[in-house]
Amino acid sequence: MIEWFTWLQIAVATAAGLLCLTLGLAGRAPADLTLGATLLVEVLLIGQLLVSLFAPATGNVPTGSVLEYYVYLVSAIILPPAAAFWALVERNRWSTVVLGVTDLSIAVMLYRMNEIWFVQLA
Amino acid sequence: MVQTTSPRSLGIGRVLVVVYGILALAATGRSVLQILTKFDTAPLAYLLSALSAVVYILATAALVARGRRWYVVAWVTIGFELLGVIIVGTLSAVDPMLFPADTVWSGYGFGYLFVPLVLPVLGMLWLHRRRPSRPASVETGAAGART
Repeated sequence: MIEWFTWLQIAVATAAGLLCLTLGLAGRAPADLTLGATLLVEVLLIGQLLVSLFAPATGNVPTGSVLEYYVYLVSAIILPPAAAFWALVERNRWSTVVLGVTDLSIAVMLYRMNEIWFVQLA
Repeated sequence: MVQTTSPRSLGIGRVLVVVYGILALAATGRSVLQILTKFDTAPLAYLLSALSAVVYILATAALVARGRRWYVVAWVTIGFELLGVIIVGTLSAVDPMLFPADTVWSGYGFGYLFVPLVLPVLGMLWLHRRRPSRPASVETGAAGART
């Protein structure tokens, strides 16, 4: 993990989540903007996967459980396609809210991943 | 603008299902890890984690599925969650040594942004609104939204 990249990613996921949540509650069906924001979150997650795979080779190793880290990362990578699939199948305001909830939970998961990689409290 | 013809409660129900699904995923992932890697350190807490994960999966399924039986399952599982988060939350606050390791319900779901505490209440409100005594409009609304 690269710290600034992770924080950037958390910021993007939070912003995308709030955007989708707001537009969804305002009654907007999923559109290019909300689906695009979620796609950006997904692309950054794939980037994070590549970083995580190659960082240990440069001496940047996780301080916590590698297994736990990847459970979070893989779950996070699965979520946006699932939410986007839903948004395309059922186009109404609640699908946009679902996109928002997904993006926000990814932000939380990234925060946890950051803790697993860098900070060990136990 | 695409506007759904289904009742508002149905749409909110979809969001509820998603939040339940994500929580079920989180609880399952965590408990599998705990049991695989460090079961011996706190068997009680980790068994509780596994139990709560199963209950969350069941609750998610019960919210999606239709019919009276699933409706009852939804009430039982969601009620169990509420009891769980209140009892374990209180016990972990009174005596931290009882649950040395984190479960979904420790500290009233603190580690999950209190979602485990809020979610059962929302779930019960939603279940109350779509109780089977007047299911006709909800059911047809759902069928219409699916096509």
